[in-house]
Amino acid sequence: MSVIDVRNLRKEFTVRVRAGRLRRERRTVAAVGGVDLRVERGEMLGYIGPNGAGKSTTLKMLTGVLTPTSGEVRVCGLRPVPERTRLALRVGVVFGQRSQLWWDLPLRDSFALLRHVYRVPADAHAARLRRCRSLLDLDGFLDTPVRQLSLGQRMRGELTAALLHGPEVLFLDEPTIGLDLVSKQAVRGFLGELGRAGDTTLVLTTHDLADIERLCRRLVVIDHGRVVHDGSIAALHDRYGSRRLVVADLDTALPDPPELPGAPLRRVEAEGHRLVFALESASAAELVAALGALATLRDISIVEPDIEEVVARLYGKEGPPVNASGRAGGPS
Amino acid sequence: MAEPAALPRQRPARRLRQRPPRRPRQPPGRLAAYRALLGAQVRSQTSYRTSFVVDLVGNLGGTVFDVFTVLVIFGVTRELGGFTVREALVVVGLSSAAFTTADLLVGNVERLPRYVRTGLFDAVLLRPLGALPQLLLMDLPLRKLSRAVFGVAVLAVAVGSAGIDWTPGRAALVVLAPLAGVVFFGSIFVATATVSFYWTESGELANSLTYGGKDFTSYPVTVFDGWFRAAFAYGMGFAFVSYQPALALLGRADPLGLPAWAGWAAPAVALVAAGLAAVAWRVGIRHYRSTGS
Repeated sequence: MSVIDVRNLRKEFTVRVRAGRLRRERRTVAAVGGVDLRVERGEMLGYIGPNGAGKSTTLKMLTGVLTPTSGEVRVCGLRPVPERTRLALRVGVVFGQRSQLWWDLPLRDSFALLRHVYRVPADAHAARLRRCRSLLDLDGFLDTPVRQLSLGQRMRGELTAALLHGPEVLFLDEPTIGLDLVSKQAVRGFLGELGRAGDTTLVLTTHDLADIERLCRRLVVIDHGRVVHDGSIAALHDRYGSRRLVVADLDTALPDPPELPGAPLRRVEAEGHRLVFALESASAAELVAALGALATLRDISIVEPDIEEVVARLYGKEGPPVNASGRAGGPS
Repeated sequence: MAEPAALPRQRPARRLRQRPPRRPRQPPGRLAAYRALLGAQVRSQTSYRTSFVVDLVGNLGGTVFDVFTVLVIFGVTRELGGFTVREALVVVGLSSAAFTTADLLVGNVERLPRYVRTGLFDAVLLRPLGALPQLLLMDLPLRKLSRAVFGVAVLAVAVGSAGIDWTPGRAALVVLAPLAGVVFFGSIFVATATVSFYWTESGELANSLTYGGKDFTSYPVTVFDGWFRAAFAYGMGFAFVSYQPALALLGRADPLGLPAWAGWAAPAVALVAAGLAAVAWRVGIRHYRSTGS
C-alpha cells in the first residue's frame, strides 16, 4: 500500500475581484486542480513548481491543515482532515517559514515539550534527540531561546523537532529557503542520510533545484495546480530534449562540420576550433573515438544538463507565467 | 555520520489499541500533553516577575471600574430598573464573575485572527492535539487572574449582603449560574472568533458581542427597552447570565412576566450556546484557508 495516495485532489478558493467601482465579482480559483499522486514507503520525492503552483496547498491538504474541495487523500492509510490528530503522530512537518518551536523558550525546552505533545516514551525520545544532536550539531545552541537563533540554527532545530516522534513521512516545505550555503549543505546532508536509511518517506518542495538533484530520484512538477511531470530527473531531461553535451576543442578547425551517428552537432564555436555535440544514443567514449579519427583533440569536456533550464522551459511551456493578480486569494 | 536508520520508531497504531476502553476518543497522555503546554506558558509568563505583577494589578482596572459605574448610578437614583442597590449588585456580581473567568480561560481566542495571519494556526493544526485547547493553553493570559478573583469576590460580597433566603436550590444556583455564565461567555468568545476563518479583520464584531455582552449583563435587563432588549436578552440569551438567575436567588417575580423556572434555565441555555459554538468552530476550521507559505 502506498504511504501517500492522492486521487484527483482539488482545492478551490473563492476570491472577490473588483469589477467596477463598488461591485465585486466572486470568482473561483483552483489552487490545486486535480492532482494524482502515489508515493511508496521510503521514497524521496521532489515536489516542485513556480510560485502559486499549488505546492504548499497540496502539502497542507496532505497534513490535514486544509480541507480539500474534492478528491481522495490517504496518508499512512488515514484521511488527513477527519483523522488529523492521529495522522499528526505519524508524520513530521517542516515548513520553512513556520515554526514548530516555542519562541521564548530554549531549544531544549521545546524538544521536551514536544515529547509530551507527541506522547513519546522517554527513552525513544532521548535516543532520537541524541542522534539529531550529533548529526545536526545542535549542542552549541541547545540552551539558547529560539528567538535568538540564526535561521540556519533554527532550521536544524525544526528538523529535529519534526523527527523526535519518529514519523513515517516527513514533509518539508522549502527547508533550505534563506539558508547560507554551509547550512544548506548540512540540511541536505542530513536529509540524504535519512533518505538512504530507507524507512522514512520524504516529500520535499523547494525552489532550490540543487536540493532535488542532491536528494530526490523522483520529481513531480506541478504548474497551475496540475502535475506536468512525474518521473525521474533523467526522464525529465529526455522528455524536454536536454542532453549531456560534449565540448571538443580541436587543434585545427575542420573544413566541414562532421556528422557523427547518435550525437548531432549542436554548435560550432571559436571559428571552428570548438564543437559542441549533444549525446543522444552514442556514448561519450564512442564520440571521442570518432572525433579522434577526424582531428587532433586538444581538450574534451562533458557538460551535465542544467535542470533549472529544463524546469524554466517546462514552466514556460505549460502556460503564461503566474502573476499575482490572477491568484490573489490562492495561497501558494 | 551515524545512521538515522537506527532511530527507534514509534508505532502509534499499536499505542491506540492499548487505549483504555472507557474513553475511546482520548489516547493516553493527552491530558499530560495539555498540562505540559500550560506549564510552558506559566514559565515564560512569570519569567519577568516585575512586569507580571504590574500586569496583574493593571488588569484589575476595568472590572473595578464596571462595579464602580453601577455604584455611581445609585448615587443619583435609589432604584435602577426596579432593583435596589443590593439587588443590582447581585446582577453585577454574577456578570463579572462569569465574564472575568471566561475571559481568563477562553478570552484569548480573540487573538485567532492574528494566529491565522501569522501562520501560527498552521503549526497548531500540525500537532496531535485539539486545535482549540492548544490555542487557549499556549497563550493563557495569567495576568487576567487578578480580574477573575476580583469578579468572584464581587459576587460573594453581593450575594452575602443581599439578604437572600437560602434554600438548597438557591445554594446550588449560586454556584451553577456563574459556571453557566462562564460557559455562555466562553461560547460567545469562540463563536465570534470563528468569523476570522472567513474574514481576517473581524476584531470589532467580536468585541461588540463579548464586551458589549458584559456591559449588557451588568444591569437588570429592565433598564433596556424594545427590540434591543428582545434581541440581546432573549434572542441571544444574555438575560440568562445574570438577570434571570438573580431574580431566582432574590426570590422576585420577573417584572417582564417570564415564569419562575426561567431563573433556573441558565445551565440549559449555556449548553445550547456551547453546542452552537462547537458547530461554528468545526465549520470554521473546514473553511480555514491558511495563508501563503
